[in-house]
Amino acid sequence: MTSGVPLEYYLALSAVMFVTGAAGVLLRRNAIVIFMSIELMLNSVNLSLVAFSGHLGDQAGQILVFFVMAVAAAEAAVGLAIVIALFRNKQTIQVNEMNIMKW
Amino acid sequence: MNEQAKAVLSLYPALILIFPLLGFLLNGLAGKKIASEKISGIIGSGVIGISFLLSAFILSELLARPPEERSFTVTLFNWIAAGGLSVDAAYHIDQLSVLMMLIVTGVGFLIHVYSIGYMRGDPAFWRFFSYLNLFIFMMLNLVMADNFLLMFLGWEWVGLCSYLLIGFWHARKFDTGGYAPGAATTSDAAKKAFVVNRIGDAGFLIAMFMIFAATGTLNFETLFTQAPARFALNEPLIVGITLLLFLGATGKSAQIPLYIWLPDAMAGPTPVSALIHAATMVTAGVYMVARCSVLFVLAPATMETVAIVGIATAFFAATMGLVQTDIKKILAYSTISQLGYMFAGLGVGAFTAGLFHVTTHAFFKALLFLGAGAVIHALHDEQDVTKMGGLKKFMPGTYRTQFIAALAIAGVPPLSGFFSKDEILWKAFSGGSAVIWVVGWLTAGLTAFYMFRMMTLVFEGEPRFAHDRHPHEAPATMLVPLVILAFLSVAGGFLGIPQALGGGNILELWLEPVFERSLGILGSATHGSLSTEYLLMALSVAVGLAGIFLARTLYLSRRELVERMAGRFAATHGLLFHKYYVDETFDAVIVNPLKAGSRGLLWKGIDARIIDGAVNGCARLLNSLSTSARKAQTGNVSNYGLAVLIGISLLLGFIIARWNG
Repeated sequence: MTSGVPLEYYLALSAVMFVTGAAGVLLRRNAIVIFMSIELMLNSVNLSLVAFSGHLGDQAGQILVFFVMAVAAAEAAVGLAIVIALFRNKQTIQVNEMNIMKW
Repeated sequence: MNEQAKAVLSLYPALILIFPLLGFLLNGLAGKKIASEKISGIIGSGVIGISFLLSAFILSELLARPPEERSFTVTLFNWIAAGGLSVDAAYHIDQLSVLMMLIVTGVGFLIHVYSIGYMRGDPAFWRFFSYLNLFIFMMLNLVMADNFLLMFLGWEWVGLCSYLLIGFWHARKFDTGGYAPGAATTSDAAKKAFVVNRIGDAGFLIAMFMIFAATGTLNFETLFTQAPARFALNEPLIVGITLLLFLGATGKSAQIPLYIWLPDAMAGPTPVSALIHAATMVTAGVYMVARCSVLFVLAPATMETVAIVGIATAFFAATMGLVQTDIKKILAYSTISQLGYMFAGLGVGAFTAGLFHVTTHAFFKALLFLGAGAVIHALHDEQDVTKMGGLKKFMPGTYRTQFIAALAIAGVPPLSGFFSKDEILWKAFSGGSAVIWVVGWLTAGLTAFYMFRMMTLVFEGEPRFAHDRHPHEAPATMLVPLVILAFLSVAGGFLGIPQALGGGNILELWLEPVFERSLGILGSATHGSLSTEYLLMALSVAVGLAGIFLARTLYLSRRELVERMAGRFAATHGLLFHKYYVDETFDAVIVNPLKAGSRGLLWKGIDARIIDGAVNGCARLLNSLSTSARKAQTGNVSNYGLAVLIGISLLLGFIIARWNG
């Protein structure tokens, strides 16, 4: 650890980011915002991976981060396509208005 | 006889059976394709003719042997083997079964030939012949079987054939003569016959169970050898078994109280009435009792029941026959009455006499029915005797044969009916049952009366049928069987001329080995001198002639007297005409309560409330549970997300707790 910032700080920040993202996914209604919240959760995970990688001197954590970023990019492409398709059909991207799949 | 000849002879029973079966299959499967009445008719009657010739051949072979060797058994294969039960598909040929085989195939053949003429132009000609052949096949199974189960197979199948043939014209309207007016079709009559027969069959079946439970065998020969040692005289078990067997016989042979189906069975085509409901199937009960004679003589109580039921049926059926106006119903009641005679004969231990009457009755009753068929045919389906008359000059051939048959059944010597009926009456009298003789004697008078009432109304006097009907003599295919049967009705009696009249009583000698065992148990308690026998003979001839004379006088020249008497004794007339209201009584006592019980209690109570209630209750419970449970599915993605999160948290918490613990 060159900078001398302790591991706990990274993990605490990562936890705050993850909880913020999870709360955003559950509480927000706008599909785009939910998307962004998911990205936030992914990035918090990336942050803890990098932190652990540096702390343990193991490169595997950083390699895994690239996978996560690749998956996140793919997910963003598919997810945005779904959002556009939904908007074309319902003229809205509010997820609480898309509730026809119920009893 | 050498071994080779024996081996050849053992093939014959199988061949006799195979030909009618072949005819049934050919006509049944290909008859519609062939679409030729000629070919169907030739196949149908040809196979029966072959069976008859083969049966006659067996007879001649047996005749060539000494009396004690005149029986053999042919085992085709082991039919059923389960636990202690082993039943072979085996056929027992002896004097009794050969007699029945000859009647079934011989009379059957004549009726098949007759049917070619009678059924001409029927759209289902081929079906008719295939049913008839099936019937003969199964009837042969019944009379040739060497065990109860195989006999029961034939017994049930002839019942089915009877059902199929009564309802052959299933859409035709049918007059039940009182109950269920207007709506009945011939298939209702068929159903009635089938259901009533089932009651008797249940008795037969239970008797079989009891026999097997008591002795462990259903084979006739084994059973009859063991029975005298196994059962004490009048032991409740053997009385029960024989009474149940007799219940089966009352169903099949139309005795009190199960006779009600036979008059309605006349809804079928007339050759069917002649073959099944007069000459052969209805005598199956008589045959069965005779076959099981060893069991019956071990139960004198049953023998008495048989005799009483028989003679009562003979009398009551004859009284009902007095007032009927449907020509076939007159003959139906006459059949029931004559079957009653046969049972009376069996009941007093005169097994040979009973079977003698089976034989002669087969001839003259088949003849009467076929003649009635010719008349019905000539008058375009008219069956009401009050709308006939004067047919003598239009159909001289039919008239002559009918006259012979009527004389035979009325017991005029030397025709066949005289010998067989008199044999039964004499055996009853000499066996010590004077009451049976008196009732039988009265019935003989009634028989002569109703037969000649019918003859007079149909053939004599002025024509009463509509002017647009032009009666004509029957075609040759119908007339030739009539003539042959007329010849047999005359000559059949010579099989059993009693010793008192200087005859040899061929039939009695022939059947003696079959009944040796049972007659040994029964003992011979005959008394009565030769002069008594002559006196009784003279009396029964006298009552027969009196009946004939009375009927001819009343219906030929004194019709108005008949009307007056019917008016004066309206109550009696109504009682007889409605067959003592037996059908109505059965309806009121059994059928309607059963229907009401089924509808009110079983259907609306148990089925609708309890069974349906349980099923519907389950469904309703599940429905209400799922109605509240499905509210969890909000369709809102955030809720699902929350659920996932909670789930994951719990799972993680669990894993971490274990890790640390």
